[in-house]
Amino acid sequence: MHSYKRQQRLSLSLRYLLLIALVIVWIFPIAWIIMTSFSVNLSGFVSTFIPKQWTLSNYAKIFNNKLYPFGSWVLNTFVIAVICAVVNTFTTTVMSYSLSRLRFKLRKPFLQFALVLGMFPGFMSMIALYYMLKAIGMTNLAGLTLVYIGGAGLGFYVMKGFLDTVPKSLDEAAELDGATKWQIFTHIILPMDRPMIIYTSLTAFMGPWTDFIFPSIILSTDSPKNKTVAYGLYNMMSNTKGLSSQYFTAFVAGCVIIAVPITILFIVLQRYYVNGITAGADKG
Amino acid sequence: MFKKKAHTAPEATFKETWQEGDWATKLSFIIMGISQLKNKQWLKGLVFLLSEVIFLVWFFYNGISAISLLGSLGKIKKLTRVFDKNQGIYVTKQPDSSMVILLFGVISIILIALLLVLYYASLKSTRHLYALNRDGKHIPTTKEDLASLLDTRLHQLLMFLPLAGILAFTVTPTIYMITMAFTNFNQYHPIGFSWTGFQAFGEILTGSMAGTFFPVLGWTLVWAVAATATTFVFGVLLGLLIESKGIKFRGVFRTLFVIVFAVPQFVSLLMMSMFWDNAGPVNSWLQRMHWITEPIQFLQNANLAKLTVIVTNMWIGIPVTMLIVTAIIQNLPQDQIEAARIDGANAFQVFNKITFPQILFVMTPALIQQFIGNINNFNVIFLLTGGGPLNSKFYQAGSTDLLVTWLYKLTMQSVPNYNIAAALGIFIFIISAVFSLLAYRRTNAFKEG
Repeated sequence: MHSYKRQQRLSLSLRYLLLIALVIVWIFPIAWIIMTSFSVNLSGFVSTFIPKQWTLSNYAKIFNNKLYPFGSWVLNTFVIAVICAVVNTFTTTVMSYSLSRLRFKLRKPFLQFALVLGMFPGFMSMIALYYMLKAIGMTNLAGLTLVYIGGAGLGFYVMKGFLDTVPKSLDEAAELDGATKWQIFTHIILPMDRPMIIYTSLTAFMGPWTDFIFPSIILSTDSPKNKTVAYGLYNMMSNTKGLSSQYFTAFVAGCVIIAVPITILFIVLQRYYVNGITAGADKG
Repeated sequence: MFKKKAHTAPEATFKETWQEGDWATKLSFIIMGISQLKNKQWLKGLVFLLSEVIFLVWFFYNGISAISLLGSLGKIKKLTRVFDKNQGIYVTKQPDSSMVILLFGVISIILIALLLVLYYASLKSTRHLYALNRDGKHIPTTKEDLASLLDTRLHQLLMFLPLAGILAFTVTPTIYMITMAFTNFNQYHPIGFSWTGFQAFGEILTGSMAGTFFPVLGWTLVWAVAATATTFVFGVLLGLLIESKGIKFRGVFRTLFVIVFAVPQFVSLLMMSMFWDNAGPVNSWLQRMHWITEPIQFLQNANLAKLTVIVTNMWIGIPVTMLIVTAIIQNLPQDQIEAARIDGANAFQVFNKITFPQILFVMTPALIQQFIGNINNFNVIFLLTGGGPLNSKFYQAGSTDLLVTWLYKLTMQSVPNYNIAAALGIFIFIISAVFSLLAYRRTNAFKEG
């Protein structure tokens, strides 16, 4: 009995050791990124793990910089993100409700059509969209916003999966009481759907902060001020990496400023994220 | 008793409506909305009528020319000098912009298709009105029609705007790009191009692009399998480790791992490309320790770069699987495991017979989705290696380029090959479709609910 206990304790300590070692491996590059944002570095390259000299000036530099107007980027992205959060949440909610609860002739064909459409690589439509926007003179932030909200109707899967698990008997009971579909939607489904609505609006809000590809196609000819933060930083990085540049650590500082709130948001939301992935298998 | 009414057969045929209907009904076959207006369905009638008027005006002003140009995609293909008889001099003519012609042609065809759908809807409405009149039934007023939008036809009200958005921002560009695959819109025909049928597909499969396409396709599949398998296997192991007996602060451990996944990829991956760089911290440290004299070419050597990409992807992908696996383990039926224990099952047997089958069952759809996602994993490759190192045997592609990143390069570089890129997109679609069929047949979201 005694040796069994010792064996247990040994196994537990070994597992703790392994876990802590793994955590260090995982967190190390992130810690390195954060430390780099506090380092004095003028070479455009980071060749040390721990900075030789510490400074806060990178954070000051990223905000006071005419070449890379970080402040405008943040503002632009914030406006786009708020619009996306509002419009995309609305779109996703009404699409999910319609496809999950209402029965109409074209429902199944539409689901299949949406599925097929989703299999085309996004890049195909991206390049075509650029030329379409160019034709109407909207290769700017407004055009980008239009693109972000225009295709939102196809992002209904997670919420539809959730609504599918809400018992239909609720709707039927309300219908017997004489409620219209609209009343069922606003009085029964919307309150139940609240966690998903929060999840959708926050993911829609996060999207523009992390996307750099679409802006890089659509906004490439616009002035430096009219960029989103992800594209601006990406652009800054590709211009400053490797060159003996004084902006590289400022770029890292900008990244950290954006990454911290996004990371916290995600960690708060991870429960919903897991639900979204596993929802499909719930009913077997 | 409370079930919805069974779908009834059409109350009248179109033929009967045409033969027996009054003048307004007959006229509705040509001018949409007349019979609705006559039956005092003002709003509906006006919408039908106005759409037809607007369509016809557009059609005669723009539509006809847009469609007639679609066949040739513009007459002048190159910068040409033409003798102008009126002025008696040679003038230089710019080539017609086939891209614009094609775009407006595609949009015109979509608009015509929309009008046909609307025409069919108006005919059905006319037929319905005819039948109601014939049987002396009540004809819904505009007010009643609007009320039905909130009840029996709520889906029309709710889905109208989202569908319009999908049509404009997803369907139209996709069709536009598909049509480009059947042209010779490449570096030799940058402005004026023509229809060439399946030539671009031939070029990819057997022509000048085959030497790039097949190696890139091969690596794309190897990458997708390796990336999906490594993150799955190690994610499951990590999940089991965190959930194993006696471990405390599970939430803290989970969160520490998830941080990596939560950081925006353009930040974490761009910085990782610096991390592995020849002059980056890893190489510098190894050199300072005197373990190596020359930097290890993590991202510059073709094979090593492939390995680095897969390893870095594990760093990002394992936390996701871990997160899902821990959620599954927490929801496992404890009584089953208890019963198995009492029957003398050891930890491995419990894992093998209960835990793992459940994980696999829940994760199969997500796994196949991840696999498709990895085929199209633009971020990891583009941000980490940019497709590099350059491969002189490839056309505009590097050794770690996937089909999607190659597609991107084909369109974004100074000498674009849109037709090849579009055809590549169709190939990616076919590959995704095959695997998606597997995935979605197992996902509930698509089953009849």
